[in-house]
Amino acid sequence: MTHRSDREFRIPGLSRVEGEGALNLRVDGATVTGVELNIYEPPRFFEALLRDRGYLEPPDITARICGICPVAYQMSACLAIEDACGVEVTAEITRLRRLLYCGEWISSHALHVYLLHAPDFLGYPSVVELARDHRAEAERGLNLKKAGNALLELVGGRAIHPVNVRVGGFFRAPALEELRTLARNVLRPALDDALATLQWVAGFPFPDFTVAHTLLALTDPRQYPIEAGRPGTSTGGSFPVQDFERHIVETQVPHSTALHASLDGGPYLTGPLARYTLNHATLSPLAREAARAAGLGPRCDNPFRSIVVRAVELVYAIDEALRLIAQYEPPSPSWVSVPAADGVGYGATEAPRGVLFHRYAIDAAGTVRSARIVPPTAQNQASIEEDLRRYAERHLDLDDARLAHECERVIRNHDPCISCATHFLNLTVDRR
Amino acid sequence: MTPAKLAVWKFASCDGCQLTLLDCEDELLALAERVHIAHFLEASSAVEGGPYDVSLVEGSITTPADVERIHRIREQSRILITIGACANAGGIQALRNFGSLAEFRSLVYAQPGYVQALDRSSPIAAHVPVDVELPGCPIDRHQLLDTITALLAGRRPAIPTATVCQECKLRGTACLVVTRATPCLGPVTRAGCGALCPAFGRGCFGCFGPIDAPNTAAMVSALRRLGMTSADAVRVFRTFNAANPRFRQAAEEAAR
Repeated sequence: MTHRSDREFRIPGLSRVEGEGALNLRVDGATVTGVELNIYEPPRFFEALLRDRGYLEPPDITARICGICPVAYQMSACLAIEDACGVEVTAEITRLRRLLYCGEWISSHALHVYLLHAPDFLGYPSVVELARDHRAEAERGLNLKKAGNALLELVGGRAIHPVNVRVGGFFRAPALEELRTLARNVLRPALDDALATLQWVAGFPFPDFTVAHTLLALTDPRQYPIEAGRPGTSTGGSFPVQDFERHIVETQVPHSTALHASLDGGPYLTGPLARYTLNHATLSPLAREAARAAGLGPRCDNPFRSIVVRAVELVYAIDEALRLIAQYEPPSPSWVSVPAADGVGYGATEAPRGVLFHRYAIDAAGTVRSARIVPPTAQNQASIEEDLRRYAERHLDLDDARLAHECERVIRNHDPCISCATHFLNLTVDRR
Repeated sequence: MTPAKLAVWKFASCDGCQLTLLDCEDELLALAERVHIAHFLEASSAVEGGPYDVSLVEGSITTPADVERIHRIREQSRILITIGACANAGGIQALRNFGSLAEFRSLVYAQPGYVQALDRSSPIAAHVPVDVELPGCPIDRHQLLDTITALLAGRRPAIPTATVCQECKLRGTACLVVTRATPCLGPVTRAGCGALCPAFGRGCFGCFGPIDAPNTAAMVSALRRLGMTSADAVRVFRTFNAANPRFRQAAEEAAR
């Protein structure tokens, strides 16, 4: 430490995030001179342990990177492996993947909105205390989460680490009648709950704080991006998925076991804010109208209002799941054969937290030769630090405990998944 | 009566097993009235010190600091329950135990020197005594609730000792090995998932880990007979419970 610090303290807990991290803030007078979001989640070396595995294994293995968004890992892995082998699945299989993925968006967004993020706005340490004063809202959130999990269980077999996904499609396609029953009994009521959620969170008090981040999200002129799309940016560019690593460069920093990513040399943001701003036009009419009624314009650059955007996406994911079920025809067969081929394949999908990229090199015998995974939270780390710098600088009048609390909120805006990026926040503030 | 103090701890893991507690949507608020959730970082920013009546521990030990931390948690916990394949058997990250950490590290990180990690990913029981092990990758929600309920009632939780095969029979799923010649680890894998994969037409891949005395030699020859290569059979045992001694032995048998 080169600075002599007048004050230094630690607060146990980045809490209500997925994983273990800490924040170091250096303050020199009225200037924040250093922000380091430390991620010390122990590394698990997935890219190394995938080497020499069978080419059909990455969906199950990479799901274990994250218990919150296993479907995202399964989907990006399937796309990349199918690409390497030169196989395209049928439109029916793609739609069933989108339906499964809707389940993960519903479950993950309900978890973040109600259990991780809403307590910040209403001043509670967790949903348990929130439920003492707002029982109906807490139960609504848990019901929404349960609806997402019910969809995941029906299509995927279980909510955490689904078993029904395979390279090429699904082991078994759900029966139309099972899905219709779920739509009627679970998803229809959930849609009303999601609309009520949006109204509820839109009324939270939001700090006046905007950041014009460069944004990255998948884009698709036909539909809001979930299980596929072309990477696009707020600067107007777009590129094919196979060029991802030409634009996104990951570098290692000493204070984190997650790699830091940059887009064409600069920091950027992926996730709900980016997705919404770049794809507002392809939301369903219901979701778009609900967003408008909730006071959102076609873009959102206040990170605190990300909770409103997640609620819009909650409405969208349920609306979309209902649409997919209404049009559902069981894919038959439920999977296409993907013979091993010597090649390199690329896959990117929209995890609840943003773009998730996979690349695999496979040989003709079906052995994985190399693997590359770029998760959303690693991509967002530099932008989260930028938000922290700006927000903290405006609030240096706060005492250390209050400032720490505010910084945690800034971090939670981006729903960082530290398990993904490689959780517990210690906040250290050095003031001089 | 003071409610029991519950703590949830994380080591190297995906967060999926602790998420299972939050996935008890119908029971979560009722449970929070019966137990006092004193430490659960994923769910609450309120953090209380020990001692704790029950600690749920997720994840495996992979760093020098974590070795210290699990000892402190054990000292503070009356009952320590490990949840899931990482905590029970080292998890998928224990694949490093069969390779070289230096090589793994250099494949992922440009400057491996920054990264603190042990050569091996080890289960919690390799470091401290464990009272109950909940199997699974991830654990089963009903087993978790049954276990917490049993402990609150002061009885020993009943962790299934049967095989996935027995659950298939109970569920009425036709045997995949017999009817479709699909390789399946059901005969050596601990029950608890409800024989989920076979119900989806997929062979069991052993995510709940082995039963107490699996006949792995017979299992290996059955897998070979069903068309798996030796390398395939090694890999199937070296996945989420790779460092479990019985699956480790099975992988060695398959390699012969």
